[in-house]
Amino acid sequence: MPDSNPFSPSPYELNKESRATLAEWTTFSISVALLIPVALILTMIAIKAAPAISWPYLTGDVSRSGAAGGIWGPLMGTFYLTMLCLVIVAPIGVLAGIYINEYAPDNKFTRSIMVAVTSLAGVPSIVHALFGLGAFVATMGMPKGLLTAAMTLSVMTLPVIITSTREALSGVPKNFREACWNLGASRWQTIRTIVLPNSFGGILTGVILVIARAAGETAPIMFMGAVMWLRIAPSGPERLMPYGLNDEFMALSNHLNLISKDIPGMPEEMKFGSALVLLTLILFINGIASLVRLHLRRRKRW
Amino acid sequence: MQDGVSIDIRDYSLWYGKFQALLSVSTQIKQGIITAMIGPSGCGKTTLLRSFNRINERYGNVSTSGLITILGKNILDEDVSVASLRKRVGMVFQRPNPLPISIYENIVFGIKSHTPSRERKRADLDAAVESALREVSLWDAVKDCLDDRATELTLEQQQKLCIARLLPLKPDIILMDEPCSALDASGIERIEELITELKRTFTIVMVTHNMAQARRASDECIFMLMGEIIEHTRTLDMFMNPQHEKTAMYIEGRYG
Repeated sequence: MPDSNPFSPSPYELNKESRATLAEWTTFSISVALLIPVALILTMIAIKAAPAISWPYLTGDVSRSGAAGGIWGPLMGTFYLTMLCLVIVAPIGVLAGIYINEYAPDNKFTRSIMVAVTSLAGVPSIVHALFGLGAFVATMGMPKGLLTAAMTLSVMTLPVIITSTREALSGVPKNFREACWNLGASRWQTIRTIVLPNSFGGILTGVILVIARAAGETAPIMFMGAVMWLRIAPSGPERLMPYGLNDEFMALSNHLNLISKDIPGMPEEMKFGSALVLLTLILFINGIASLVRLHLRRRKRW
Repeated sequence: MQDGVSIDIRDYSLWYGKFQALLSVSTQIKQGIITAMIGPSGCGKTTLLRSFNRINERYGNVSTSGLITILGKNILDEDVSVASLRKRVGMVFQRPNPLPISIYENIVFGIKSHTPSRERKRADLDAAVESALREVSLWDAVKDCLDDRATELTLEQQQKLCIARLLPLKPDIILMDEPCSALDASGIERIEELITELKRTFTIVMVTHNMAQARRASDECIFMLMGEIIEHTRTLDMFMNPQHEKTAMYIEGRYG
């Protein structure tokens, strides 16, 4: 027997192997390096915010322009703002996504819709703010307030929902649709019974992520009725629903923005406190999105 | 190991996680002939085939025991380089899977993975491409469009290309996992002719669901059921005179 191991690695193979190991380690260390800034930012904010965070801080009224804590008003404002935005943008975005992916023929018109959607996604948020001001307030004569701010956020987040819906829908294999049509199902019946249930997770994830983004935005709302301070009813149902649709409101992102730059002598922990609350809120929403995705991925079998 | 034996399998078991897909199988696959592996879906024939060049391993939860000896070496040993192993034991997949690059690049891809660039000469590569394509009788059809993308060929041509790209590595064994199932009747006929041509040079192991194909195209036949080898004999004997009742029922098409 000439060679006891006919499958021993050649020198070139060993050489390749070391390059392969290098590539693996490079990609691995870059992925790990990504975690470092995230961890640092979170730790730093958490440490600096720790002295401020307390139950009265979360549930108290904004006092002494925020210098004495209290973020209940902004917290409620952000909550209702994002809920309102969700109610407006989710149906419009999902329905538009369904049309584009399921019905629209591949022609110039459809392509121009897609170009419009992509361009909309690239518009800076401050421009959306100006658009909202011009369209809803100046042209349509609506008052600045919760509703117009939510509408502005909706316009901003619409392209993302449309795109993620489209992607989720196109992930459902074509042969399921053909099987449906073959059994005499209408397009709508196919979408309702097969396509939507099987892309629900992807659509939901997109919607939730968009909500997280809306919750953190400052620019689009600061011209649209977000204010520094409002009196909030001390108790009763109005404590939980402090703002009407057309009322001005407070919001966490705007609050953070103002106390960080406009109020002299603001204690550090108050700034970091509201930053931590906002960040936690957003991470919490993102976490829900991940759980939904995980759950539905496990259920998916094809 | 006896002469004329290409793959010697001894008490080989394979688990996917906790599920045991192969139950201590043993047999010898002879050199220079075509061995067909038949059996109902899920019987383990593809798993066994894929074990011969250890392509199963990429899927995390696979564990094995036993011996598979090729060229006098247990390929499951620690000191076996899978790249060297796969150079000697090539695989043709169920659906033609040419790489989305040019026809020429598909053929030289294997050479490029095994030889450093300074030892590669353009003329050698050209010669390798021509001889590989001639061997699968694809040369005349594609010699003027070697730079076209391989994915634009017909399925039959793609499958021939997938066979051709193994040849420059001078393999000893070619594994085929239902190589004809994506092809039409004339495509099947030509691929089978090609396989019969190739067996002069190579040992060929082929999984097939098609009884007629196993009968037409193979010299020996392995019948598997539930992770075990039920029968391994000359193809003619298996189809004329099956030793086991289950084999007889399967090849008569009473289940499968």
